[in-house]
Amino acid sequence: MIAVPRDDLLRLSASALADALSAGEVSSVEITQAYLDRIAAVDGAVHAFLHVDTAGALAQAAEVDRRRAVGAAVHALAGVPIAVKDIVATRGMPTTAGSRLLEGWVPPYDATVAARLRTAGLPMLGKTNMDEFAMGSSTEHSAYGPTHNPWDLERIPGGSGGGSAAAVAAFEAPFAIGTDTGGSIRQPGAVTGTVGVKPTYGGVSRYGLVALASSLDQAGPVARTVLDAALLHELIGGHDPMDSTSIAGSPPPVVEAARRADVRGMRIGVVRELGGEGYQPGVRARFDEAVALLVGAGADVVEVSCPHFDYAFAAYYLILPSEASSNLARFDAMRYGLRVWPEHDQAASAEEVMLATREAGFGDEAKRRIILGTYALSSGYYDAYYGSAQKVRTLIARDFARAYEQADVLVSPTAPTTAFRLGDKLDDPIAMYLNDIATIPANLAGVPGLSVPSGLADEDSLPAGFQVLAPAECDDRLYRVGAALEAMLHEQWGGPLLDRAPALVGMSAC
Amino acid sequence: MLTPLPTYEDALARFEPVIGLEVHVELGTASKMFCGCATKFGAEPNTQVCPTCLGLPGSLPVLNGAAVESAIRIGLALGCSIADWCRFARKNYFYPDMPKNFQTSQYDEPIAFDGSVDVAVPSAESGGELVRVGIERAHMEEDTGKSLHVGGATGRIHGASHSLVDYNRAGIPLIEIVTTPVIGAGARAPEVARAYVGQLRELLLALGVSDVRMEQGSLRCDANVSIRPRSSAVLGTRTETKNVNSLRSIERAVRHEIRRQAGVLLAGGTVVQETRHWHEDTGVTTSGRVKSDAEDYRYFPEPDLVPVAPEREWVDRLRGTLPEPPHVRRGRLQQEWGCSENEMRDIVGAGALGLVELTVAAGASPQAARKWWLTELARRAKEDGLGLAELPVTPAQVAGVQALVDVGRVNDTLARQILDGVLAGEGEPEEVVAARGLEVVSDDAALGDAVDRAITANPDVVDKIRAGKVAAAGALIGAVMKEMRGQADAGRVRELVLARLS
Ligand SMILES: [Zn+2]
Repeated sequence: MIAVPRDDLLRLSASALADALSAGEVSSVEITQAYLDRIAAVDGAVHAFLHVDTAGALAQAAEVDRRRAVGAAVHALAGVPIAVKDIVATRGMPTTAGSRLLEGWVPPYDATVAARLRTAGLPMLGKTNMDEFAMGSSTEHSAYGPTHNPWDLERIPGGSGGGSAAAVAAFEAPFAIGTDTGGSIRQPGAVTGTVGVKPTYGGVSRYGLVALASSLDQAGPVARTVLDAALLHELIGGHDPMDSTSIAGSPPPVVEAARRADVRGMRIGVVRELGGEGYQPGVRARFDEAVALLVGAGADVVEVSCPHFDYAFAAYYLILPSEASSNLARFDAMRYGLRVWPEHDQAASAEEVMLATREAGFGDEAKRRIILGTYALSSGYYDAYYGSAQKVRTLIARDFARAYEQADVLVSPTAPTTAFRLGDKLDDPIAMYLNDIATIPANLAGVPGLSVPSGLADEDSLPAGFQVLAPAECDDRLYRVGAALEAMLHEQWGGPLLDRAPALVGMSAC
Repeated sequence: MLTPLPTYEDALARFEPVIGLEVHVELGTASKMFCGCATKFGAEPNTQVCPTCLGLPGSLPVLNGAAVESAIRIGLALGCSIADWCRFARKNYFYPDMPKNFQTSQYDEPIAFDGSVDVAVPSAESGGELVRVGIERAHMEEDTGKSLHVGGATGRIHGASHSLVDYNRAGIPLIEIVTTPVIGAGARAPEVARAYVGQLRELLLALGVSDVRMEQGSLRCDANVSIRPRSSAVLGTRTETKNVNSLRSIERAVRHEIRRQAGVLLAGGTVVQETRHWHEDTGVTTSGRVKSDAEDYRYFPEPDLVPVAPEREWVDRLRGTLPEPPHVRRGRLQQEWGCSENEMRDIVGAGALGLVELTVAAGASPQAARKWWLTELARRAKEDGLGLAELPVTPAQVAGVQALVDVGRVNDTLARQILDGVLAGEGEPEEVVAARGLEVVSDDAALGDAVDRAITANPDVVDKIRAGKVAAAGALIGAVMKEMRGQADAGRVRELVLARLS
């Protein structure tokens, strides 16, 4: 066995780790231990994890090593450890969704995504931090404290899936599972210099994901390379009879597309409405350069207009809170999770306990959205708010359909700015919400989107993201464009963008 | 302060009642509406549950196709149109026995709508009439869990020290069937209500979609009642009476509510829009939750389920599986059996139509089948607090007992003893006859001795018979029957007695 140096183990992509495992150059226990050590060393500063399952991960790793040793057939990614967003129900492992309401809740069942990871033999390192119930763009709304961006610990890692993105960016995991309701995979990917993909709605099972907005939520991969994202996408994707909205047809060939990495003859549509006012100059500069690279590689660029995208933000902030207000109603202290007794006496009624628990258990952002959603669904307001928002949604889907007549994929900056400072936007919800301005349309229309690093902005030397959007069930196109761009940029940079991130080792826990 | 209730007749003289009925039917599917859990009644609490019907975070519903099929068949049998495309909606409200704090139901897109049924309402004078009851909609939804309030006097939440919740019922498929307002029934409104639910119950039984046991809650009825002055065209304020769990109670509750509302209006008060609880024991309704129009369930289409779009061919195929409509069936059987309208009403009223039909099909005469089910077996059912269909005896067994009577192997007394045996689980009628030795004796040698002993023991009776009072022979026959422990052929005994004394 050729020993792989430990530092290199952490730097290897998931696909390279898979190759090393199958070649017998390294064991899953070694890899898993290296990552657990890395978590122990840096997570005090980053706070990407809410729970680390040392014993469980090592046991799974040992089991995979045993299976490989006896020559049993195993999944290509078997033994490659993974981090999982804390919104995914994991049997026997705490699942909080970043909320006090679920503190200590240990699900009696696995989400389909988690079950597929287990079946394939991927050791789960632990559960990653997130904004409470995935409501936010910075992880500052986590009930357990914010995650810090590995590029600058004073800055946000994006959200809601800042934990998964930061874990991957800080080399605390080779890749991770995220969920994306309005950009919660892609925006953290952009601001941490990682790759994030929101698959087509229905492409990955939602069974076992603590629901925020059922018609928008979608789980997907968070990785350091486009190929790694594709490998993970393929593993977790495909039909699930437990999710009625799951797509029944055969999943798109994402891995093949990522390997092909070829954009010759592809028509790339630049969305006029996603790029002008409000986008940081350094983010726009990296975006323009990336488009130029794709043209150089043989793609045709057209400008497309999606006029109703201007209403996407407003529609999103009616639909999401409406569905969330209903989805979050179940946290009532009756069957699981937090239970708070009202102060006045012990002989409280169920309703009083429910009230006291929800009052104490939900954070401000969750309360804000529950109130918004309850209002928007109220009789007399339904047509004006929820009803109108659904109509906007239809118009946005039409905009996409028309744009895809002119282009095979659409592109834009993933987020308007690089990572802002922790605390900067906490008191201004609208400013916070605007981070997702470019990612929201894809969720409303159910189409897939990918974010790949486009470089560092000149102003602050922080990562910016390049977003690719494709028609529903054409997720493979994301990977073709993403992988082609990634290869050209790596060549330009002389290696992955994350090589330029500051070293975190030796940092003391905060 | 209580105002004395006006009589029903006084109430009707001044006011016109309008009723509406909402019936919830638990479907008899093997699994729940949105998960694979079993639906067995009476299982240990919280043993038929899973992440989905407990509403655990992350769980999702998957629609039970068998429930949709039942819903469509019910809709068709009620003469409804079946939606080409419809969705589920979330009905949002907080209640501890509702796992998600929303009920997955249907709102403005029911699976079935715009139907009607012709209800046979019994009438002493005219022998019954058909009243058309409009069906506004039949929609699918899930049941809630069941709360048990402990420590209070009445099992009600008031005064209870704590409550227990059983989620076995949560997620059981329900069909809610809503009538349009029934206007113009006048004094017969309570009977129409009863007859409608009775007929609906029969229809659901014939469809085989539910066991429709009102006492177990698999058929639950809410009665909406309003009254308006005879001169008014505007509907009055309605109340919704819940907890009405027998056909008789429906009639009583509607009748009471008409009188109560009339009393309120006559005293110058206003009827409050509210839910009311029916009390079987006292025969009154009491105020429940005040139900204002402002009550807001914040319905919106259920995003976790895809729309239901039943294909036309499927609906047509299901139409072919419908049983004969109840009033058609009733008319046909009345003709076949040669029953009077009154006899027929008794059979239907006792819930014995299907049982008599099956008994006749098994070989008994309609008269005999009717007699067994409406007298002897009805009495047993009442004693045991069971429905007729719940008695541990099958129509085929009843026909078997009657066959023994028909060939003279047993008399009525023995036949009842055979039924005793069958009901006690001793097996088929023939087995009971064998085991209990119940066959009648018509052998003259065996009977002759007993007749002789009776004659010897009753000289005064013998004198009367000899004097021409033949009717007195009954006493001697009775003595013989007693000696033979009922197993004598009474006809033959009579012949022997008269032959010896002539
Ligand atoms: Zn269940």
